[in-house]
Amino acid sequence: MGARMIEVKQLVKRYGDTTAVDHLSFTVEPGRITGFLGPNGAGKSTTMRLILGLDRPTGGTALIDGKAYKDLTDPLRSVGALLEARAVHPGRTAFNHLLYLAQTQGVPKSRIYEVLDLVGLREVAKKRTKGFSLGMGQRLGIAAALLCDPRLLILDEPVNGLDPEGIVWIRNLMKTLAEQGRTVFVSSHLMNEMAVTADHVVVIGRGRLIADTSMEEFIARYSENTVLVRSPQAGKLAESLRAVGAQITDRPDGSLLVNGTEAAAIGEVAAANGIVLHELSPQHGSLEEAFMELTKADVQFHAPTPGAPGDAVPAVGEGAR
Amino acid sequence: MTDVLNRPATTGTGHANFGRLMTGEWTKLRTVRSTVYSFAALIVSVIGFTALFTFLTVQQWSQMNAGDRAQAQLDPVPQILGSGLFLGQLAICVLGVLVATSEYSTGMIRSTLLASPHRLRTLAAKCVVFTIPVLVVGEVLSFASYSIGKAILSSKIHTSLSDPHVTRAVVGEGLYLGVLGLFALAIGQLIRHTAGAITTVIALVLVLVPLAGLLPGSIGKHVSAYLPTNAGQQIMQIFPKDQILTAWQGFGVFALWTAVLLALASWLLVRQDA
Repeated sequence: MGARMIEVKQLVKRYGDTTAVDHLSFTVEPGRITGFLGPNGAGKSTTMRLILGLDRPTGGTALIDGKAYKDLTDPLRSVGALLEARAVHPGRTAFNHLLYLAQTQGVPKSRIYEVLDLVGLREVAKKRTKGFSLGMGQRLGIAAALLCDPRLLILDEPVNGLDPEGIVWIRNLMKTLAEQGRTVFVSSHLMNEMAVTADHVVVIGRGRLIADTSMEEFIARYSENTVLVRSPQAGKLAESLRAVGAQITDRPDGSLLVNGTEAAAIGEVAAANGIVLHELSPQHGSLEEAFMELTKADVQFHAPTPGAPGDAVPAVGEGAR
Repeated sequence: MTDVLNRPATTGTGHANFGRLMTGEWTKLRTVRSTVYSFAALIVSVIGFTALFTFLTVQQWSQMNAGDRAQAQLDPVPQILGSGLFLGQLAICVLGVLVATSEYSTGMIRSTLLASPHRLRTLAAKCVVFTIPVLVVGEVLSFASYSIGKAILSSKIHTSLSDPHVTRAVVGEGLYLGVLGLFALAIGQLIRHTAGAITTVIALVLVLVPLAGLLPGSIGKHVSAYLPTNAGQQIMQIFPKDQILTAWQGFGVFALWTAVLLALASWLLVRQDA
């Protein structure tokens, strides 16, 4: 197995005057779930289409296992893809759609029923996909992606149109696939969705790389950590903490959210002042907050707001490596 | 779930080959309703109109003037073949266009190109798989409609496959339909939009010929002779309509038009985003 499943180098895609993908470089390592994040219109789908050889890049390369998509032998055996846009003839049955794919790759018919069972579409296998709900359509797309047992899965917004049950199903499926040693490259604009599934994140904005890092590092780096403190002497504690430079937010329930100071330091300040603590718990920033922070940075970088405080706004590309 | 995923999915050899692509394209062709409807329309209109027109000829025989009767007796084959073909060919035009454009209108093209990223090979497989059934059905229909027309006319007009050039003309109708299907497919692949492509094909097949006829004198005759379907239909004539192209030359011109359009469509398919 090659060291890198997907290798994108200096990828550029322009449509007329618009640059959808702008000198983008990143790699997707095997055996884990890599989240591909960015706001709508950031260029995620375009990047995936370029990797899959559906669109021609204006510049740069996108390789899978060191090869261009079109040079893969029986590509569906190497890569299973779920695209955001429709990719099924509505007048054809689910079974016949999969039959076409199976025949082109030399995969036996019995496998079609296996994947239909897996996604729960066995009963509607002989129905035209015209009548399928959005969720059923996504399930058929997943069936198509898994049909030829690929080692790499490229999923564009797989939870789109799914009900809560379906979302949990996709999450568990992706985890199972990764546990089996498969590589999953999954895009989303829903940050919290990625927080619970992805091991690694590639974040893009306006077609450019913003971050390429592990999920933990990403959260630690891009969101401020806060500490939740409960104390019967909350007022006195807040005073003491402000004295050492911490920022305090009072919460309606009487607890305090402390920014800019480690939990250990808060404990020491409390001890030194003889203050009783009932709770001292570090709050990990969510991916959503981290993402908002990044997006904010991106927006501010391109359109500085007059009068906005000029502090601690990381420039675009600072996180890029 | 884990169970299914752990089971090896494949026992194949792992080599992409043209046979598999053709099997796949055949599955796509036979599993949509438009294919069945189009072939049904083709069969019904070719047989139906041939029977109707030849029947009416026999009915009206006594009212026809001597010149028309003589012409009908001298050269009955184009009438037998042409009466069904004139409308029937439109079914093949529509199907040829749909085979290409439905990929784009439905988004299926993305699944197709993911499964089979060699675009030229994919288009070639599609062309072969579409043309073979059209040719087979076309030949069967051509012989069937000739036999029906011949039987209905038998009391007034004699014609036989052993008469000079008749077999060539009857075989030619099937060949014409085969090339016409590819011609329509190429235009569908070029234009990618169903409505636009069908309009274009029908304009080329039905409208352009009478339009060229309005051109003055020999310019009109020459332009008209080289128009795709006009040239192609030469192969169904026993006596050439004009002296510009022979039967096979005309068919060759039609095939050349089709080849040029297919080459253009291939070039665009490879260059453009799917």
